[in-house]
Formats: sequence, structure tokens, C-alpha cells
Amino acid sequence: MSVTSRRRFAAIALASVAVLASATACGDDSSSGSDGGKVNLVVDVFGDQGFGYEELYKQYESEHPNVKIQERGKGLGLGDYNTRLTQQITAGAGAGDVVALEEGTIVQFFAQADKFVNLADHGANDLKGNFLPWKWEGGLTPDGKVLGLGTDVGGMAVCYRSDLFKAAGLPTDREQVGALWPTWDEFIAQGQKFVAADKKHKFVDSATNFYNIVLMQKAGEGTGYTYFDKSNKLTVGENPDVRAAFELTTKMTAAGLSNNLKSFSNEWNAGFKNGSFATIGCPAWMTGVIKGQAGDAATGKWDVAKAPGNGGNWGGSWLAVPKSSKHQKEAAELAKFLTSAKSQTEAFKKVGNLPSSPQALEDPAVLAATNDYFSGAPIGKIFAAGAKELKPVYLGPKNQAVRDAVENALRSVEQGKAADAAWQDAVKNGEAAGK
Amino acid sequence: MSSLKTPAPPAAPAPRQRPSPRHSPARGRLLNRLDLRLTPYVFVLPFFVLFAIFGIYPIFYTFWIAMTDRSPLNSTISFVGLDNFVELLTNDPQFWNAVLNTFGMFVLSTVPQLIIALLLANALNRRIRGQMFFRLAIAMPIITSTAVVALIFSMIYAREFGLVNWLLDLVGLGPIDWRANRFASWFAISTMVDWRWVGYNALIYLAAMQSISKDMYEAAAIDGASRRRQFWSITIPQLRPTIIFTLIISTIGGLQLFTEPLMFTSGSGALSGGSEGQFQTITMYLLDVMNQRFRWGYAGAVALVLFLLIASVSFLNYLLARRISSDK
Repeated sequence: MSVTSRRRFAAIALASVAVLASATACGDDSSSGSDGGKVNLVVDVFGDQGFGYEELYKQYESEHPNVKIQERGKGLGLGDYNTRLTQQITAGAGAGDVVALEEGTIVQFFAQADKFVNLADHGANDLKGNFLPWKWEGGLTPDGKVLGLGTDVGGMAVCYRSDLFKAAGLPTDREQVGALWPTWDEFIAQGQKFVAADKKHKFVDSATNFYNIVLMQKAGEGTGYTYFDKSNKLTVGENPDVRAAFELTTKMTAAGLSNNLKSFSNEWNAGFKNGSFATIGCPAWMTGVIKGQAGDAATGKWDVAKAPGNGGNWGGSWLAVPKSSKHQKEAAELAKFLTSAKSQTEAFKKVGNLPSSPQALEDPAVLAATNDYFSGAPIGKIFAAGAKELKPVYLGPKNQAVRDAVENALRSVEQGKAADAAWQDAVKNGEAAGK
Repeated sequence: MSSLKTPAPPAAPAPRQRPSPRHSPARGRLLNRLDLRLTPYVFVLPFFVLFAIFGIYPIFYTFWIAMTDRSPLNSTISFVGLDNFVELLTNDPQFWNAVLNTFGMFVLSTVPQLIIALLLANALNRRIRGQMFFRLAIAMPIITSTAVVALIFSMIYAREFGLVNWLLDLVGLGPIDWRANRFASWFAISTMVDWRWVGYNALIYLAAMQSISKDMYEAAAIDGASRRRQFWSITIPQLRPTIIFTLIISTIGGLQLFTEPLMFTSGSGALSGGSEGQFQTITMYLLDVMNQRFRWGYAGAVALVLFLLIASVSFLNYLLARRISSDK
């Protein structure tokens, strides 16, 4: 090997090391940045349906020619999304310019409020009236910073298969169906009637969905918190609302009403397609899930009725701007635009996410909205009813971990474990998870 | 270092004979010396750079983080000494449940896996029709992705509309809820692991068997040894190093079992491995602690204990395998 070629080799080797080094140095994959004077903004969302913002991005881009918007995360489950976001926020790199924070996870980010832009610095306080009071407060850190602006709320209803109801001899009209179950005990009683008449189908999809909707309602009326009190003390074993919801759920399971399908699992999805259960606890966002999973074949088979009890909320999100964003001002403006009453109405029309803005909730486009998939049900009216008077429910920073533990205990009851033993498990594992 | 210097002198005169017209001889010599000394290091540098970034740094970081209460929920990081380890070893039933599951599935999958692989390799080592086809066929599962295997198998083992339950129903046995029963879930997951790895191990055994001298078998046959006797007295002892290798590889893989049990369930809370943690492995528990409970320091402690477990079990395997095969 001649010296020159050897030297060339050395040069190539050195160059490849340099390339490697620069490649690792550029590991920051936040694709935000500007090219040719354009501001690129990345919006991070989650869920199979996304947030229904596609048209709004186009509108915003045409009104702000210097802004280019890219969305990530559609199709990503909340759990995976949140794991990634937690790492990105902690690392201070990689998160989008605008990120969605869900009801169950926003409190976790209060501890990292210094890594988020205080939206009050960008005039968010002027927008307070654009949000339901409890939704606005949910986006504030304990020391009053505006961490996130509300997008949607869950609301609460029950979605049901009117064809199965008819076959089982229950009423099918949504007013009459709603009147069937003034309380959850009545709901269980109707379920028993249903499974007695129809041996092939179950009344509800799973214990956990039933449980979550009952818990959120009971906590809203009762303590105002679930597994953690407002000082973040673990209360899974002491909170009477948790216990009451747990007992009601095990009673429902014991009555043989549950189809025993783990929520968001393949079997659960198949359950929608095969139509193996008659009702499901139904926040507004669930209508999108049902439509996506049950598919066109089930058009007109589903309907929406009032939930037992006095309304409630399950789910809903906020938009926040991480400090890692290189265009905080522009990102804050985009977040304000996406959470405006008009945009919320638009997103409602697209994916059924119920607005968190009182103006949007009174918008005829929402109030008069019907959903053909759900037999023309006036979904706007049903979900909006009661959404305004709700009291917020505080979910602690490790809400998801404790909730998993309690849900697992409920699943073990579905698999045949005694309710008392399962409650012991729920408390023991919940306390370990919330440590 | 010193051994690398030795080739320098004989190579040094070379450039003197063909001096570069653009450089002064002294400068050329210097560059040449640098070249000869540095080039080897430059060649191996990429590996060490990557190893430092992705190997050494994370290991030391894990040691450090395991002694803190690091969490995205805490604004400050405080040093807690060995508290995490003490809690893990003395006061964490979920961890020990995960250890039990991991070892249970490890034994349930590895033992049949290696035995079947050995028998398969022995069968393929004979002259049979379609030898090439069978050798290729057993290697096929390796090229499939673990996630796909797990996905398909979790459908086969589905509670409703699953193939296995349908077959059980056909022969008059009741369906099994594969995710509710601990042993059923272990069994189902072990079959996934085995389906994928039997062929791989069989191939390794086969390669090792082909390097055993035929003379030994011939001599044994002349002495009247049966096929079975030949297998036990020639094949197995000769395969000793290979068996140790596959055992250690299976131990490392088996104790880090993750994708199969994770994909065995879908939907929310998949990391908890069943409603009562029936099939939650150590790696799943590690991720549960890290991503759901946000206890990063504690997760570091779990990772280090897992490392110690793998190291000690590999060592035990080594001792065991050495004994078994030196028993002639």
C-alpha cells in the first residue's frame, strides 16, 4: 500500500469519524427551525383520530404566510405519547413547539412548569372568558402560571346499540333510554334485564370504562379528587368516591354485564366490529373511537343517551408551549388560535371533541349538531348539557400509574377474583404505584 | 503501544526514495510518522466513540442514577445512597413477582428450546431427503420480527375467536383465558419464544456437529455403539462449548424477555403484564417504574439488579454445562 493511498485512507477514516460525531451532535430531532425566513412550527398530538386540526392549519398558514405547520402523533396512543413527551421535556429537546397535555397527565407537568412557557406572558389571561371556568383552572399551575389552554372536554353520556336494545325488548328512543337509568343502580338493573333477554351479547364493554366514568362523576360531585388529594397525598385507599365507584363496578361485573374486554386492546376493537356489547360509557371523544372501530357497517346502529346521574367529565386536553421551542411567541399565537372558540367548533365538527369554550358550546353549529352515524343524535346538545356547571376533578401527578393498578384489580374481578380481595390488591398496588 | 511502534522503522525509508515534490523531506517524514502511528487508532476509533457514548456512559450513568431519587416530577435530584436497592430487595413484592415470572418463563422456554434444537440438529445431521430444504426451513423464523411473532401468537391465543381455544373446544375441552391464568400465560409466551429461537439454536448445533470428526462415529459403530449411545457419548461431549454458548445466549435473552409478554396483551396498561402481573417480566417492570411511576432512580436500581441476575445465572449455567458434559 503506497503512502498516499494510506494517507487517503486515514483521511476517509477521519472524515467518517467527523460525520459520526456531527451526526450524534445533531441528535436533536425537533424539526422546528426556520428556513428562508419561514417559521416551522411542530404540533404534537395523540390519539387515533388526532385533534381534527388539519383544516385549521391550512387556514392559519394562509393567514400567516411565514408560518409552516407540521403535526406529529396522530395514531399514537396517549401512553406512548406521554412517555415520549416526558423524556423530551426533561431532556429539554425534541418536543414540538405546541404540545397537547391530557387531563390525566397535565398535573405531572406542573412539576416541570419551568420547562414550559407561561402563556400569561403572551396575553393568555385576556382569554380567560373563552374557557369554562373549571377548564381554565385546570390549565393553571398551583402558583398561577398559565401552563396550557383548554382544547376539549369529555362530557359524559352513554352510547348504546339501539338494534340490540330493540331485540332485547328495551326502548330504543334516546329520551326513553335516558329515562331508564336515573341512577347507576338502575343502569345495572336494566343491564340485568338485557342479559336475561339476550344471551349472546353483554351489556357493557368492560368494567374499567364503566368504572372510570362513574369515578369521574362521583369525584366531581364529592371530594373533587381521585387517587391524590390536592396536596398530592395518595388517597386511593381512603377516598370514598374511589371506593364507591369500585364497589358499583364490581356489582356490575357480578351481575354478568361485562363483556370483559380490555379497553383499547385488539379484543376491544374486535368487540366493536362484532357488536358484542350493547352500551359503553361515552365521553364526547368516544364517539370518534366508536365510529373508527365499529366502521361504516354499524352506521345508524349506535345512538347516544344521557348518562345516569348528573353529568360529569372524562378526558379533554390542553395545548402548551415548551421552552425548548425556538419560536415561543409564534407557537403561543398558534396555541391561542387552535383553542379559540371558532377552532374548537371546527374540531368538534371534524372528530367530535366537545369544546371547552362556553361561546363554542352555545354556537348553533355545536348545539344543533347531529351525528348521522349515531342515528342522527343531537350530540352537541347531549354532551354540552351539564358541561358548563361541572366542578373540576383534580388528578394527581401519578394518576395514570395508580389508575392502571386499580383497573387491573377490576379486570381480575372480571377474571373471577373475589371483589374484596381485588379491593385489597387495588389499594396495595395503587399505593406502590403512587409512591 | 510499544508493539505498534515496531512496524514504523522499516516503513520509514519508503517515502525517502520517492520524495513528494510539494513537501520538504522533513515535513513529509513527520506526516508519515504521524500517519503510521495514528492511523490504526483512527481505524478503531469509530467503535470506541460509539461504545463510549452508547455503552460506557449509560452504564456509569445507571450506577449514578440508581443512587438518586431522580424523577421528572422532582425539580431537584437528591442522593439517596443505597435506599433504592434496600427497598427493591426488601420491600417490593411486585419486583419479586416479576423475577419469578421471568425465571419461570425462562425455564419453561429455554429447556425445551435447547433440547428440541439438539434433537432437530441431530436429525438434520444425518443423510435425509431434502436436507437443504429442512435446514433452511428451521432457520426461517429467525428472520421474522419479534413483534410480528408476538402479534400473531396473541391472536392464536385470543380468549375469544382464538385458534387454540377453538381447537380445545373441538376436542371437548373448555376454552382457556390465556391471560388470566399464570401458567397458561407462561406457556403461551414460551411457545412464542421457542418458535422463534429453536431454529437458530438448531443451526448452531448443526454447524458444531458437522465439525465433529466422522472417524469417532465410525470407530464407535465398529465397537458396536448404538445411535443413541453415539449421541450421548460422542455428540454431546463434543458439543460442550457450543451448548455453553447457547445456554449463555439464551440466559441473556430469556432474562430480558420483553416484547413477547408485552405484545401478549394490547391496550392500556400493557406493561403491567396481566391483571395481577401474571406475566410481567423484570424488563416490563423496569419500564413500568420508569415511564408510569416516573421513578427513574429506582428504575436504575432495577436495571442493575437485573444485570447482576443475568451475570450470576450465566455463571451458574456455565458451571452446570461444564459438569454435565465432562461426565464421560
